[in-house]
Amino acid sequence: MASLKEIRGRIGSVRNIAQITRAMEMVAASRMKRAQDAIVAARPYSDQMRDVLSRVAAAVTEEISPLLARRPVRRIGIVVLTTDRGLVGALDANSVRAVLRFVAERAGRDGERVEVEAISVGRKGRESLRRAGIPVAAHFPGLGNRPTFSQVTPIARLVTEDFIEGRYDEIAIEYSAWINTLSQRATLRTILPIERPEMGEEQKRTNDEYLFEPSARAVLDQLLPRYVAVDIYRAALEHNASEQSAAMIAMRNATDNANELIDGLTLVYNKTRQANITREMIEIASGANALAG
Amino acid sequence: MPIQLEIVSPERRAFTDEVDMVVVPGIDGQLGILPHHTPLISALGIGELKIRKGGTEQVLLISGGFVEVRPDRVVVMADIAEHSDEIDEARAVEARKRAEQELQQAESGVDVARIRAALQTALMRERIATRRRSRG
Repeated sequence: MASLKEIRGRIGSVRNIAQITRAMEMVAASRMKRAQDAIVAARPYSDQMRDVLSRVAAAVTEEISPLLARRPVRRIGIVVLTTDRGLVGALDANSVRAVLRFVAERAGRDGERVEVEAISVGRKGRESLRRAGIPVAAHFPGLGNRPTFSQVTPIARLVTEDFIEGRYDEIAIEYSAWINTLSQRATLRTILPIERPEMGEEQKRTNDEYLFEPSARAVLDQLLPRYVAVDIYRAALEHNASEQSAAMIAMRNATDNANELIDGLTLVYNKTRQANITREMIEIASGANALAG
Repeated sequence: MPIQLEIVSPERRAFTDEVDMVVVPGIDGQLGILPHHTPLISALGIGELKIRKGGTEQVLLISGGFVEVRPDRVVVMADIAEHSDEIDEARAVEARKRAEQELQQAESGVDVARIRAALQTALMRERIATRRRSRG
């Protein structure tokens, strides 16, 4: 049996771990709050953009932007958002699993072979995708706990160029949608080609009144790439909220486990201590008995 | 009659209020907007956005994006929208120097355009910051 000193030492180190994981839980909790605020703050822009897109698409009668082009899908590029360091429970593993499921679903459809390549964001994604045999065409570092729009624009630029050049016929993004603090759902969404907005008759009429500077076509050419970037940015923000929630829960579990361990060790410590006292008393008693006898 | 002005960037809503007049940096020059303007959607360049309300003027740095004008409402969707008091002059100078350096090394056409835009944004930041300081 371990000595009292050893057990005391172990209790001490587990207590330190509990303190650290507790602190990390609090940090993740405050980051989660901030991440949710960021989602809300980004909403006016993307709403407004969708609004303008619907007006422009209607005004451009024969719009033939390459970003709207639907081609038979032979090759798919999928942007996969993960963390750099993990410590988020099963979040990253679930993302990779969703990608594998997607690949399995799409590969056999229509009797055509569909190739899927990944654009990984975050080190965990790259490692697991490679292990799973999904080719990683490009890699970006994780977006951290405060994703900015300028961080996602290079990703948007890359996939947009790849799509226009025909390297991929479809671009999708995989991220963890935030349901609530306890649950996040791995989600896959198509970002290119861009879905053409639907519109009613009334909207069509009002749209004829708009002037476009320099031209409707030019506005569309500038708007669509931004739309792609905003789509990715929104996914990144939501993913970040999921990541912080998952980190918070993972750290809370770690703290609970550590506390359980401390309870167990304390029990062993007390038992050992008691056993030592009992033994000493027996020794004293038997010593006294021997003398008296 | 005032105009409802809203300035949004991908990261946040930078401004929302009723104003008397707004001047936006259109892609082909300044665009002054008063109430009852014709409906318009224009691409934005890099420059100052000026807001006039009751004799006071506010300035924001705007870089890229669009403006949608309706008779009673103006919505600016900018890639970057910064209030003049949010601009850090030292950082702007640094960014300008970096862009100038990159411009000398850059080769491909796309990169050059991007760096030029960054350079122009940095220059505009500097200008707004300097003016704010001289006014005190």
